[in-house]
Amino acid sequence: MSFYIASSPHTRQRRTTARLMQLVIVALIPGILAQWYFFGWGVLLQLLLAITTAYVAESLCLHARERSSLSALRDNTALVTAMLLAVSIPPLAPWWVIVIGVAFSIIVVKHLYGGVGQNLFNPAMAGYVVLLISFPLQMSSWVAPVELTGQHLSLFESIHLMLFQYTSEGYSVEQMRMVASGTGLDAVAMATPLDHIRTDLSQGLTLSESLQAPLFSGLAGLGWQWVNLAYLLGGLFLLQQRVIQWHIPAALLASLALLAALGTLLAPDQLPGIDIHLFSGGTMLAAFFIATDPVSAATSNRGRLVYAALIGLIIYLIRSFGGYPDAIAFAVLLANMCVPIIDKYTRPTTYGHPRRKLQ
Amino acid sequence: MSESIADTGVAGEASTETTNGRFDEIRTLTQNGLWSNNPALVQLLGLCPLLAVSGTVTNALGLGIATMLVLIGSNVTVSLVRNFVPSEIRIPVFVMVIATFVTLIELFMNAFTYGLFMALGIFIPLIVTNCAIIGRAEAYASKNNWQLSAIDGFMMGLGFTLVLVLLGAMREIIGQGTLFDGAELLLGDWATVLRIELFAVDYPLLLAVLPPGAFIGMGFIIAGKNWIDHKREQRSQTDSVRKVERARVTSA
Repeated sequence: MSFYIASSPHTRQRRTTARLMQLVIVALIPGILAQWYFFGWGVLLQLLLAITTAYVAESLCLHARERSSLSALRDNTALVTAMLLAVSIPPLAPWWVIVIGVAFSIIVVKHLYGGVGQNLFNPAMAGYVVLLISFPLQMSSWVAPVELTGQHLSLFESIHLMLFQYTSEGYSVEQMRMVASGTGLDAVAMATPLDHIRTDLSQGLTLSESLQAPLFSGLAGLGWQWVNLAYLLGGLFLLQQRVIQWHIPAALLASLALLAALGTLLAPDQLPGIDIHLFSGGTMLAAFFIATDPVSAATSNRGRLVYAALIGLIIYLIRSFGGYPDAIAFAVLLANMCVPIIDKYTRPTTYGHPRRKLQ
Repeated sequence: MSESIADTGVAGEASTETTNGRFDEIRTLTQNGLWSNNPALVQLLGLCPLLAVSGTVTNALGLGIATMLVLIGSNVTVSLVRNFVPSEIRIPVFVMVIATFVTLIELFMNAFTYGLFMALGIFIPLIVTNCAIIGRAEAYASKNNWQLSAIDGFMMGLGFTLVLVLLGAMREIIGQGTLFDGAELLLGDWATVLRIELFAVDYPLLLAVLPPGAFIGMGFIIAGKNWIDHKREQRSQTDSVRKVERARVTSA
């Protein structure tokens, strides 16, 4: 009888990168379905384009770096990057927006820094920032949720709009506002809830006046609250599967909620409350899927708490006082830059050794 | 960085005696300025104007030529006065010389290329803070005769300008799909014909036009240079390996 001798860690479950990424993709599905339900076919089309671009870019890079392409293509990391970017951008943005974004994410942010596991910045969010800076108009024309429009653009019209930026009847996304059916609502294009509040507040309205808009008849803006709840559901699945630890989502949401509560106490009619901050914009997607990226986040548990709390703080500051309505991408990139120093000061002590003094 | 400036400075001082030595020195200066010690790519000096005004080829060319003229002028002057300046106060003296030339260039541009003068704005007076200029004054011109210093200034300026124009062209093509947009600001009204529209864009890629695009583009150019150097080194290594093999065959 022979004993199989192996060194620690003695895990019973073998978890490859590919398997972990598969679980992340599965966890994204409820959120994607919610987005598809509320914002139409565009979401799925963006996903399709993003995934295709990601695989093409990934194979080109691997070929140029003389790496074996098949094993790297199978690890699904490019797929997750592409999906995260695709669900972040407006569903009816022209096709080249997502292509440029994903290509930048994969080629510049991932492979020029050394490929899987080497990137300093979250590829999806760096790609998003490139798009936001380069195409502010396209990146702010969101789609109105189905509860306001009654029905979606058909699949054919969505494709037409993405390819040519006009529907087959010759309306652009912007012009669709004009053909709204009598009610004065935007038919297709519309500001996101956060954008809406921001515009109103800058025009001197109070928060309660801004929340009178038909866009807000629930918790935190029609459509968006459900999308966020769906991502929360997916995130809880990831926690249950132990793909991610609780530290990052908990610290991010806690710091954002704490600051929002403080803001409400200090200026109840100028700063949006906890409900809006937690369930609007990309908060849940950020907390469970983006900030938890194992490569660009801090490594120790204590470090992760600091890192995620920092993201929450930056999100709150930019949303409340900065130049953009939502700030997930900027917050994540800024926190990514702080990761080396966070890691340095939160290195755990080795078991049995005295506490290290910081140099 | 300071080492790389210093080691080229003393390179050929002794060898300037013979015409052959002088020719070699000019060759070294050319090679250093344009490639192996390029102020923008290797010394990474003067990045502030390089990154700020390289949005179009015209701006890049304008600032590049201005820098080159200042560099030649300051190098010649510093070289001429090098024996009369006590080394304790040489830096203030060099800065005064450079500031004089920058003022001259600024007034010239104000008079003859007013549009470009307005477009470049603060970056013309800021040439005085370009470390590449004081670097050459300190490392080369203060140790060599004025003819060689002039050539050094010209080559360093040319190397700087070439990188600036390359970066400007990259950013202009990617950002707005044109080349030589606004060339009339630099060259006069006839130059409007120089404007080339490579492709029409409905929406400019603002990233390339904004400062981050300059940093990313600069990174790509430096990476490209290092890649070429790497390939060259590999080729020369394989050549030397082959020579050894031949030697073995003959001895056997």
